[in-house]
Amino acid sequence: MSTQTKDHAELAEIFNKDEARVNWHDETLWWVRQKRDKAAHQIPEWELLRETASQIKNNVLSNLNNYLVQFEAQAKANGVTVHWAANAEEHNQIVHSLLTKHGIDRMVKSKSMLTEECHLNEYLSQHGIEVIDSDLGERIVQLADEPPSHIVLPCIHKKKEEIGELFHKHLGTPKGNADPQFLTETARQHLRETFLTRKAALTGVNFAIAETGEFVVCTNEGNADMGAHLADIHIASMGIEKIIPQRKHLSVFLRLLTRSATGQPITTYSSHFKKPRSGQEMHLILVDNQRTVQLGRKDFRNSLKCIRCAACMNTCPVYRRSGGHSYHTAIAGPIGSILAPNLDMRKFADLPFASTLCGSCSNVCPVKINIHEQLYKWRQVLVKEGYVGTTKKLGMQAMTLTLSSPGFFKTAGKVGRFVMKYAPFAVSNPLNPWYKQREMPAPPKESFGEWYQKNRNHAK
Amino acid sequence: MTVGLFIPCYVNQFYPGAAIATLQLLEKLGVNVAFPPNQTCCGQPMANSGFEHLTQGCNDLIIKDFAKYDYIVCPSGSCVLHIKEHIHSEKEPVKAASVSHKIYELVEFLTDVLKVENLNAHFPYKVGVHQSCHGQRGLKLSQMTELVEPDFSKPLQLLNMVKELEIIPLDRKDECCGFGGTFCVAEEAVSVKMGKDRIADHVSHGAEYITGADMSCLMHMEGILRRQGSKTKVVHIAEILNAEKV
Repeated sequence: MSTQTKDHAELAEIFNKDEARVNWHDETLWWVRQKRDKAAHQIPEWELLRETASQIKNNVLSNLNNYLVQFEAQAKANGVTVHWAANAEEHNQIVHSLLTKHGIDRMVKSKSMLTEECHLNEYLSQHGIEVIDSDLGERIVQLADEPPSHIVLPCIHKKKEEIGELFHKHLGTPKGNADPQFLTETARQHLRETFLTRKAALTGVNFAIAETGEFVVCTNEGNADMGAHLADIHIASMGIEKIIPQRKHLSVFLRLLTRSATGQPITTYSSHFKKPRSGQEMHLILVDNQRTVQLGRKDFRNSLKCIRCAACMNTCPVYRRSGGHSYHTAIAGPIGSILAPNLDMRKFADLPFASTLCGSCSNVCPVKINIHEQLYKWRQVLVKEGYVGTTKKLGMQAMTLTLSSPGFFKTAGKVGRFVMKYAPFAVSNPLNPWYKQREMPAPPKESFGEWYQKNRNHAK
Repeated sequence: MTVGLFIPCYVNQFYPGAAIATLQLLEKLGVNVAFPPNQTCCGQPMANSGFEHLTQGCNDLIIKDFAKYDYIVCPSGSCVLHIKEHIHSEKEPVKAASVSHKIYELVEFLTDVLKVENLNAHFPYKVGVHQSCHGQRGLKLSQMTELVEPDFSKPLQLLNMVKELEIIPLDRKDECCGFGGTFCVAEEAVSVKMGKDRIADHVSHGAEYITGADMSCLMHMEGILRRQGSKTKVVHIAEILNAEKV
């Protein structure tokens, strides 16, 4: 791996230097996981609901081409302008050209992980366009000049005191004021002005309904609605996998989405957008950006079922203790670790290894993606494609040789126990990552195999 | 009925006590146990690191050693799950499939095959039960907190037969300890932090022993406990189930 490539283990080690902060981060997200459990346990048919959602999404993935064509035709008939973007760059260019056409240089945006994936803000800023994120958490990380660390709770890594300091610096609140209600009200006033003066608003899309051509945006703050309803031009960006066949299927996904995400029964706003109001332009950009490549990978295609609830992040014991930024990609956590290598195997070769394969992610996933199995499978792919360092490779080959040969194994075991007993410094030193914060197992005087020879020698 | 005893490589080398307890317990329950001496490893350390393609040697050895037995029993949920899910052989596909079907983790072999209802065991301590992920979520040794499904626990079913043993409650019933195979060294910082947090949950509830059906998790937690100078110890579940009043 080249030295410029970011590495989850290194970044997580830095995050772990402040243990009190790790504890706080872990407990905050564990609390969200508990809220999710409580909400799920109130629905006796929860597991059936997950299975149904999974099957609907399987159907979508198997018929994606037809649903997309159907959706496009319906949306056009409703008066929506539909654009297709093969990749991030095309997506960004489409947004830019729409703004340029209308002479707009300031845009308000509600939460969209797709635009994070496409690095839209950077692109527009390089072209002289100012973007203001209207989701409170996104606004906070934007003021801090950081990417979101979590797809539902973008600034979950920030303490309220740090947010108070940011607001003091950027929005002129009194120094030292970290009262959440006060800070929220300040953000509200600041954003109100933004909503009223921006002529263009961009939103994400949670669900797009092939049958009707409408799309649904879920927020708790109503910021997508505020932006879209006040702007002359509404641009909605969606990954092509966001399609669902019929409106009735929303009843399954809306019940699952927020219960899985935050433990709420439903988002405060589940807004349906169907056609532009009189005088407004409504644009919809359908983005591929390698999704069709993932669709072609048999072992990984069902990662496209994801509805971006983040339940897998909240439950992941590694995510909770390494922080979202350690994943150095727009979508962190377990789901991000199976999506990112599809975008760039070299850059994200470390992510499938940032897991103990405990399987909790697959159990909370509302659409039943076998996340931990895909993490395992990505490891196999990344090694075979040559994205894993040579030191690791040599070690593995030596280990394989030892463990597939009983003679070698016995000698190696004996030598190992001998070394640990008489020369413990050879293994018990800070260069051995096990020993840094853990004792080595005390070497027994004999292995089980040796004991068995002595005590059960009647056996062959 | 003859059972082939599969002892994980690191248990054979570092924790012979857990292996001896497994053997004695099965013998006590009337099982004819054989220990093929040439066994090594299930191959999981390589496979979980992305090198499953190098593990055919391990697969072949397991098939050669164990395909002949009625059952294969192993005191590790993780190794059993790995063999169950990944053992294969182009030369001997039938034998490979038979190994996958007849391999059992010790606890599930006791509850599901032997249907043990009584144990002559005595362990007068406060014990915290660590649910190893591969045993729990992989082999379904007990219900998982994420699912909306009826509760059950095979390890507890057995531990409840042990006299004077007191199970302590935990805040997080089934969170991973952070061992994760090579994860424990590749992601040292997070691995240790996860282990510390798991231990703190047991210790704060007064555990004198932490037990489980996977020695690897226990080895990781033991390493941290000993570094902390803690009085809390780890013990494989076989050693508790095999512990008689002296």
